[in-house]
Amino acid sequence: MATSKVTAANFDEVVLKSSIPVLVDFWAEWCGPCRAIGPILEDLSNEYGEKLKIVKLNTDEESAIAIKYGVTSIPMLNVYVNGEVVKTIIGAKPKPALLKDLEAFI
Amino acid sequence: MIRDLVIVGSGPAGYTAAIYASRAQLSPVLYEGSVTAGGALMTTTEVENFPGFVDGVMGPELMESMRKQAARFGTELITDDVVEMDLKSEIKTIKDGSGNVVQARAVILATGSAYRHIGLANEDRLSGRGVSWCATCDGFFFRDQTIAVVGGGDSAVEEATFLTKFASKVVLIHRRDSLRASKIMADRALNNPKIEMLWNTEVVDILGENKVEALALKNTVTGELSQRDFTGLFVAIGHIPRSELLIGQIDCDNEGYVKVEGRSTKTNLPGVFACGDLVDHTYRQAITAAGSGCQAALDAEKFLSH
Ligand SMILES: Cc1cc2nc3c(=O)[nH]c(=O)nc-3n(C[C@H](O)[C@H](O)[C@H](O)COP(=O)(O)OP(=O)(O)OC[C@H]3O[C@@H](n4cnc5c(N)ncnc54)[C@H](O)[C@@H]3O)c2cc1C
Repeated sequence: MATSKVTAANFDEVVLKSSIPVLVDFWAEWCGPCRAIGPILEDLSNEYGEKLKIVKLNTDEESAIAIKYGVTSIPMLNVYVNGEVVKTIIGAKPKPALLKDLEAFI
Repeated sequence: MIRDLVIVGSGPAGYTAAIYASRAQLSPVLYEGSVTAGGALMTTTEVENFPGFVDGVMGPELMESMRKQAARFGTELITDDVVEMDLKSEIKTIKDGSGNVVQARAVILATGSAYRHIGLANEDRLSGRGVSWCATCDGFFFRDQTIAVVGGGDSAVEEATFLTKFASKVVLIHRRDSLRASKIMADRALNNPKIEMLWNTEVVDILGENKVEALALKNTVTGELSQRDFTGLFVAIGHIPRSELLIGQIDCDNEGYVKVEGRSTKTNLPGVFACGDLVDHTYRQAITAAGSGCQAALDAEKFLSH
């Protein structure tokens, strides 16, 4: 399945209360490396979306959430399990490296 | 199938080589890199000195145009990383991150350079947690904070100036007592009320549990140690050539730059050419990288015609 957009309005429901692990991609339009990993995350979502939900949070539009989770560099990928951050990946990485980082969830 | 030419790298050097080589009917394959396609200019904003753009051009826009121009003449673009190369044999073998292998009679290396790290133990640990190499990527998150930039060249000064858009104060930390940056850039920074200069100072440690909280500093003249609070550190102390896949196969100098023969782009291996920041100690500009990419394509074309 394709990735979906998450906002302050549905963050609780989509991310924190999800029954499966959720990867949140903190990104912004102006961030080149974020755009570069966009297609890789779409691929991962298509291949592993059943096990790991992948959603995108625009840090320009939703800066309160970005600040809450201490984002200082994007792209930043947080994996949430039962409402808790269990993994943080910072910076753009090639698909094989991301797959390795996310091994435990897919 | 054995191709004529593979190009590795997607900055101004690689794309320019591809434009020339594809117009010369060499049907090149170009590896762009999986997450770094477009090269160094993808992380900058305005490029004011690339000829032909009277009012400047955004770095990513310039690179997208070069990419399209290469594709227009038939370059096959592959958005993946080269992870292994065998360049010594007559037929070169290139392997990418997805495990695909391409063989070619000639290879152009244009992998550019990567950011130099200070080399402090806590630098990598706090990377993305206050330590950054890219002001345009991360500056936004330091709104109204006091941050440090380390370096003294054009890129440090440019980063510091850019960061004043967000930060309440930017302290530029430099080992010497004057800037290496060009006069126009240095003046811009020195006259900026939000920028404070910390001369003759070296960062000796980055402090903080889960994020940057302070820097340990040393005065390079008196040796005096001090500590000062910062929430961010932007490192802008230059670049190192991306030649790690080449070490042991190809002649590099002691800083890792690939050696080329005279004014050509020929390496010590027949059929292997190198261009752009990967070979250039001195100029390191988009236009010079593009110029040497053109040379590499012409050198490769000549080699292949024999
Ligand atoms: C912040 C910043 C601002 C700048 N501003 C200017 C400016 O205003 N004007 C100017 O003239 N110059 C500027 N420069 C310098 C200019 O960007 C470089 O000189 C130029 O980009 C070098 O081009 P290149 O093609 O050699 O390498 P790069 O642009 O570094 O591109 C090389 C690319 O090759 C790819 N690559 C590397 N390894 C592999 C691999 N193993 N497999 C596949 N692909 C790979 C990657 O995508 C890499 O990014 C700036 C640089 C920076 C960092």
